[in-house]
Amino acid sequence: MTDAATDRLLETPLAALHRELGARMVPFAGYSMPVQFPTGIIAEHNQVRNAAGLFDVSHMGQAAITGPDHETTARALEALTPGDFVGLGRGRERYTLLLTENGGIIDDMMVTRPSEAAGDGTLMLVVNAARKEIDYADLRARLPGNVRLETMTERALLALQGPKAPAVLARHVPDLGEPAFMTARPAAFDGIPVHVFRSGYTGEDGFEISVAAERAEQVARALLAEPEVKPIGLGARDSLRLEAGLCLYGHDIDVTTTPVEADLLFAIPKRRREEGGFPGASHILRQINEGPPRKRVGLRLDGRVPAREGAAIKDAAGRHLGSVTSGGFGPTVGGPIAMGYVDAPHAEPGRAVTIEVRGKELPATIVPLPFVPHRYFRKTV
Amino acid sequence: MATRYTRDHEWIRLDGDIAVVGITDYAQEQLGDIVYVELPEPGRKLEKGGEFCVVESVKAASEVFAPIAGEVTEANTALGDQPGAVNESPEGTGWLIKMRPANKADIDGLMDEAAYKAYLETI
Repeated sequence: MTDAATDRLLETPLAALHRELGARMVPFAGYSMPVQFPTGIIAEHNQVRNAAGLFDVSHMGQAAITGPDHETTARALEALTPGDFVGLGRGRERYTLLLTENGGIIDDMMVTRPSEAAGDGTLMLVVNAARKEIDYADLRARLPGNVRLETMTERALLALQGPKAPAVLARHVPDLGEPAFMTARPAAFDGIPVHVFRSGYTGEDGFEISVAAERAEQVARALLAEPEVKPIGLGARDSLRLEAGLCLYGHDIDVTTTPVEADLLFAIPKRRREEGGFPGASHILRQINEGPPRKRVGLRLDGRVPAREGAAIKDAAGRHLGSVTSGGFGPTVGGPIAMGYVDAPHAEPGRAVTIEVRGKELPATIVPLPFVPHRYFRKTV
Repeated sequence: MATRYTRDHEWIRLDGDIAVVGITDYAQEQLGDIVYVELPEPGRKLEKGGEFCVVESVKAASEVFAPIAGEVTEANTALGDQPGAVNESPEGTGWLIKMRPANKADIDGLMDEAAYKAYLETI
């Protein structure tokens, strides 16, 4: 990393706070981001699993698409994604995929319908940092003229994740209540206007908090002052999401993978499977009916050697089955874990495979995802 | 004899005819939490600058290079159960290998502590 390259990196509104907290900053998606704080990735990982951690995810793209009414905007987004947005209730959040005409994944994103009737016609988007310019150009090109994209570059995004997150947030948002997982609404955080989403990328309960850039540090400092909360970097964000079996764009999914191959069928609800009408629908629906040629799977390695992205996955006879797309050490699992793609006939859990690391064939087993059970807050009505 | 250092952040310390080798505190801090160390077998011949060990952190795998030529006499097998020793004590219990130098004088050509500290200031 040369100084010249560092100079060109963008910073989030919390960059000065990260440095004050002793973060090691690394380039990520064009931003200078904290990869870890002084306690290290494993301690940060465990902090989120056991208590609560605060992530700066302000590098992600926040945007909104707005049309004349909910149905027009929802149908416009449904023309580009396989999600159900016409049927999305106010204050509800969904995970979806922006697709190419071949059914490849341009990006994965969160879509939220505003909670108030006054927000009808708008859908809020949160997209990956590394893909936002591509996504925005694609949306501008493919959305109809009466639905316009507005990017919200002046906003920061914080994630408060972990089992203690609700109790912590309730101290600052007194009327927080018990919002269900994948819901969102405006709120006042110590009087500061924020938008609170009950969602995340760790497999734990928690919240994502969108706030005006100039108030972000105030919110972050208030949360970090809570005894249950520590700052968490991108390193632990990666180990947490890997254990949760969640895809990282550019690694586990990209324009060459379809939602069926990526085992993201939950993002294609029944109505869309019946009606089609999204990019790549014929290819994707055929893969749903006939099965995909390859499938994303979880891999648990015997021993302690981690397998990294790109490592070859083979069967007992040494036949190439696919390769690892994300891999490392799972602190909660207590050993090496990976995700990758294998030829579909070999994708069922329980199958023994080998993964090639530095010329050695390491024994591994295909396992169901996630590696660590999700602990999202499910409201029982 | 005093410890010597390389630009790749290995250290080496001669003790009689045998040299002990590891990675520096700077290196372990850069790598972060170490979860696995792949060590060479005793008897392996090392060339100066040749890879002899892989240190795996949570995030990535990093190669470790031989400071001088020689032959591995012992690997720190205690790291199998305690890879974190490299983080906690990189120049102590977190040593990687012991080696018999092909030429002990090669060690003198490496940086001493003051030179290594000065080098760290430049990166």
